[in-house]
Amino acid sequence: MSRNSANGGMNRSLPSRLRSRFEGPNTIGESRGFWVGFAAAVAALAIYPAFGDGSQLSLFMVLALLGLSLSVVWGYSGVLSFGQVVFFGIGAYTFGVVSINFATPGGITAAVVAGIVGGGLSAAILGYFMFYGGVRDVYVTIITLVSTIVMHTFMAQTAGSEWAIGEAALGGFNGMPDIPLLTLGVGGLSYQFIYNPFPMRILGIGAFEISPFYYLVLVLLVGTYLGLRALVNSDYGRVMVAVREDEDRTEMFGYNVTRVKFVVFTLGGALAGLSGVLYAARNVYIDPTVFSLLFATLPVIWVSIGGRKSLLGAVVATLAVEYLRISMAGELALVLLGTLLLVTILVLPSGLVPWLHEQIVDTRLGPGEAGGADTPDAPSEVSD
Amino acid sequence: MVNGINLALQFLDSFAFIVLAAAGLAIIFGIMGVINLAHGEFILIGAYTATLAVTQLGLPLVVAMLVGGLVTGLFGILTERVIISGAWPNYISQRTLGRDVIEPLYDRLADSMVATFGLSLILTQGARIRFGNSIDQIATPFGAISYGEFSYSSYRIVLAGVSIGLLLVTYYLFTRTDFGMRARATIQDKETAQAMGVNTDRMYMLTFGFGSALAGLTGALFAPVISMQPTLGDQFLVEAFVAVVVGGPSVVLGTALSGGVLGAILATFSNLYGTFIGRIALLVAALIALRFLPNGITGFIEQLRKRRQESD
Repeated sequence: MSRNSANGGMNRSLPSRLRSRFEGPNTIGESRGFWVGFAAAVAALAIYPAFGDGSQLSLFMVLALLGLSLSVVWGYSGVLSFGQVVFFGIGAYTFGVVSINFATPGGITAAVVAGIVGGGLSAAILGYFMFYGGVRDVYVTIITLVSTIVMHTFMAQTAGSEWAIGEAALGGFNGMPDIPLLTLGVGGLSYQFIYNPFPMRILGIGAFEISPFYYLVLVLLVGTYLGLRALVNSDYGRVMVAVREDEDRTEMFGYNVTRVKFVVFTLGGALAGLSGVLYAARNVYIDPTVFSLLFATLPVIWVSIGGRKSLLGAVVATLAVEYLRISMAGELALVLLGTLLLVTILVLPSGLVPWLHEQIVDTRLGPGEAGGADTPDAPSEVSD
Repeated sequence: MVNGINLALQFLDSFAFIVLAAAGLAIIFGIMGVINLAHGEFILIGAYTATLAVTQLGLPLVVAMLVGGLVTGLFGILTERVIISGAWPNYISQRTLGRDVIEPLYDRLADSMVATFGLSLILTQGARIRFGNSIDQIATPFGAISYGEFSYSSYRIVLAGVSIGLLLVTYYLFTRTDFGMRARATIQDKETAQAMGVNTDRMYMLTFGFGSALAGLTGALFAPVISMQPTLGDQFLVEAFVAVVVGGPSVVLGTALSGGVLGAILATFSNLYGTFIGRIALLVAALIALRFLPNGITGFIEQLRKRRQESD
């Protein structure tokens, strides 16, 4: 059980035993310093709404969940899904349809679950179709890309009145407005997370209002990040990485590669579905642009820039790229985004966060000791 | 009601569109293993160049179209040197930093998709910044033929002819010329080709240039019939992709066959149920084809041939 060499073997304290579940060869950040920094970052996010635009940051955090879902599917299992937005969008639309039809707290709670299940189920269907059919490598990417375009084409033409599910009209290009506010709970025991700010007063800073939705998303994001860290560092996570590195060899060792890919793809779809639910709930609106090619590519951009083999990279890059994209609203925004993407892929193929981490480890340990210990990548890894 | 002649013309139209959209992409993907998501923007460059050559410089249409192909081909070579192989930046960095800064995108399928998508963002937005949301269009040549209640642009029939001509030229180039032999040797086995004295680096550059020129020519050919806006490449990208993967490894035959099959599906469903359903039918057909023929139509043919040889 001495996976964590820094603490291995000794009679370990509770924090370090707790920590060891989240540490391993598949993630970066094992030192005490990292966890202190992590806690500081979460704390900074927690007090951020007092100073900045929390509602915007909550959107970025919702999208970071989508980035995480791609990171686990692509970065850890080697399946480049260009269709994470399909599951994102299906989650969002499912949430919209169910919550419009059952606009009670219980109904909306069920709608959240339905959205997550919808995302996971659609991923399971597509994944079963592909992986059990022997579709591999770049063809998986192209099938997911085509699925995105199918969804975009299909949802864009649902404008007519015949395209309604119960009370909910799908609305074609105009999308689906009037999604009820996110209220979780059953019957009288419920709480509305959207547009229900509660006032706070902190000595020295003053009075301000904070959004419960922001904290809901923050908790979900931190929880998902830690959960996925535990997953990728577990035995199952090691099989996922083995599949990424060499499918045939993993198969030869007796692992069911097809099932691993199917399960991870489904999990990624459910996570993308959750992200979609929160996206629709935050905007109280959803339209087919979530299936557009540009939106479909955004998760790939985030994960590539941040470092696809790094969960932290996916989160950091999503927040950073989306912040840049929104704040450079001018004509040059897309040119800069494209340049950033191009330069990152060409110059830092492993991504920004792993590169930064390498720099930090390098300077701390000296060049001789660094490297090797972190990620067990084959040097000539094929990235599809 | 389905009208036979109308359906046939629509089939020719879909066939030409799919083949022309896919040809350049098929060459770059089939030969170099690079997925060029900026393919639509290469088409955009060809279309804009041809249109501007007519409206600004007053060149005759046919010359302008060739210029469109040529300019896009040169742009393709530039792209290959700077981004795909990184040869030029690495040449500079070798002399200043003493090391390569760019890892070539060959054999990095996913990375090639992501990088070329970055290029596509830059080109689309660059075109919008430079030329605005649309530019003046050139008139459709040749007028229309009509029969009964239908009338049909004869230019579209010309396009079908041109698409077949381009396939034949490509087939000739890759099977009957020295360049083609070297290019195919490079795909088959890069190291052996190198050992036999083929400059594989140059082969890649020229192949990318040729594929780009085809994309540019496609744009130039369609310039009179589609609206000139910075996003015009998007409408080609999907059909091109689908055709390439449904076609399979053999570039020319695969493109022709998938153009035929997908064109028939697109024409039939569009004719019966409208363009939206036609497009969805095309995409669904592609999904099903990929599921059952993961190596495309030509991969399937190859497999059949092998099986027959084994049983003999």
